[in-house]
Amino acid sequence: MGRISLQGVRKSFGPVDIIKGADLDIEDGSFVVFVGPSGCGKTTLLRLIAGLEDVTGGKILIDGQNVVDVPPAKRGLSMVFQSYALYPHMSVRGNIAFGLKMAGLPREEIDRKVDAAAATLNLTAYLDRKPRELSGGQRQRVAIGRAIVREPKAFLFDEPLSNLDAALRVQMRLEVTRLQKQLATTAIYVTHDQVEAMTMADKIVVLNAGNIEQYGSPLELYERPANIFVAGFIGSPKMNFVAGDAARPYGAATIGVRPEHLRIDGEGQGWSGTVTVAEHLGSDTFLYVDAGKIGTLTVRYVGELDLKAGDPVSLSPDPSRVHCFADDGTSIGTWRSERLS
Amino acid sequence: MARMVTNRRVVVSTTAAWCFGFLIFFPILWMILTSFKTELDAFATPPSFLFFHWTTENYATVQERSDYFHHAINSIIIAGGSTLIAMLIAVPAAWSMAFAPTKRTKDILLWMLSTKMMPPVGVLVPIYLIYRDFGLLDSRAGLVFILCLGNLPIVIWMLFTYFKEIPKDILEAARMDGATVGRELIYVLAPMAVPGLASTMLLNFILAWNEAFWTLNLSTLQAAPLTVFIASYSSPEGLFWAKLSAASTLAIAPILVLGWFSQRQLVRGLTFGAVK
Repeated sequence: MGRISLQGVRKSFGPVDIIKGADLDIEDGSFVVFVGPSGCGKTTLLRLIAGLEDVTGGKILIDGQNVVDVPPAKRGLSMVFQSYALYPHMSVRGNIAFGLKMAGLPREEIDRKVDAAAATLNLTAYLDRKPRELSGGQRQRVAIGRAIVREPKAFLFDEPLSNLDAALRVQMRLEVTRLQKQLATTAIYVTHDQVEAMTMADKIVVLNAGNIEQYGSPLELYERPANIFVAGFIGSPKMNFVAGDAARPYGAATIGVRPEHLRIDGEGQGWSGTVTVAEHLGSDTFLYVDAGKIGTLTVRYVGELDLKAGDPVSLSPDPSRVHCFADDGTSIGTWRSERLS
Repeated sequence: MARMVTNRRVVVSTTAAWCFGFLIFFPILWMILTSFKTELDAFATPPSFLFFHWTTENYATVQERSDYFHHAINSIIIAGGSTLIAMLIAVPAAWSMAFAPTKRTKDILLWMLSTKMMPPVGVLVPIYLIYRDFGLLDSRAGLVFILCLGNLPIVIWMLFTYFKEIPKDILEAARMDGATVGRELIYVLAPMAVPGLASTMLLNFILAWNEAFWTLNLSTLQAAPLTVFIASYSSPEGLFWAKLSAASTLAIAPILVLGWFSQRQLVRGLTFGAVK
């Protein structure tokens, strides 16, 4: 079991409030990603759950038990660090076995569990090597092995893939997701990469300046962002925001349209502008359009589009996909849903 | 062309390095050579470098006149004892300052270092009187104590710098794995800091071995280490250069051998963390 609940969790470093009261329910077996910009408090929140930082206020419940005064090792959680944090003087076997050794397990049992973990992670051939003799991906696997061998209630991942190159990151992303599903253990994963968040998570927690902005499934966040911050943070390329006169017909202070929901019309209709940069990726074409008073708009067109910098273009949003926001930035729904309801 | 320039550069820099190394080593070499000269050759002007009458009689005289092994054993006990106690105090102190710093940690570190700025002679009289009253004069325990105190700031500073280089994540990983502070020190921190610990111990041992101010002032015979043994050859009847050199060579021989065998460890420790 690994149900984790946060109730009004606060953390301050001196006069600075890092986490300003977090409430969250993480179901057993789910993969939850904390995402947000640098300095939003996502790593701090993870460290509070791990017990590596003391809470300033609030409760952290693991399977119903408040653990704020319980030391890290007694919380039944394992953590994978951004820097891998392997013990450099121990072999791979020593690294994976360390936690079990500290728990005082008999030697045969330790060996059996280490061998099983190594087999799961394809590390059997490397068990006698030192971390410095491994590649980045293998080191990451050892760090994961060290986490799974203890059969914890939950895994905590602190930006574990950020030190890997792009290709390896995609591969490890898949491996971590597959492993989590296979073990059916609760996982909390911190990242600043929203693509990682969207692809891996069952549920995403979007954090900003120490506050939880929204908690929901990836598609929920994509389709029904709670506010301008979430709308801008989730989705790549970023959502276009238009305020002022152009937003008024939609009955909102600001409207948001995702680049993939902007249609390219014939000249003279919709919002007209000039292409400043055209990126041709083959599968997609990204256009950056200077639309005068409206500002710069990003357009994503699936497929190849014969447009280049300097070409005039006219854009109109898909009416069913226009997100409307009030003055304070909170969402008032999509335009169509508002009209239909 | 580029290769020629590189080769020439290597030759020039290697020659320069050897010359510089020789320059630094020259006083020691001269001392060793003088120890094999007669007293007359030792005074000769111009001095002869290699072509003199080689003799080992100085070593025999020195061993005959004063008991070398008695002093050497004192040196080993005093340097070893003070190093061991200093390490026992410094490791936990440096650990807490590196991994659990408070607002005052920096001030404490600076204050400790500042004690090294005071000339020892400034406290000679009070220390001498305290030692006299406590019966510590000319005792090994007294010398171990004073040398340990004297070197402690440097030992703590060195260990603090090494410990600071160890990523905090690794200690946190150990904590997540269920290691207590003690086990974290034994199983994770100590093995990772071995080069640093070894070079600190070695440096402290060398400093204590060569320390002359306190050993000369607080000991006479019973606890007298090799520094006192050397100093005894500078007497009111005159300087005996050859015998003094023989005594000095005998005094530095153990530390020279120790340094030679541990030079790799020492250099690794002293440059620990300088390059990632």
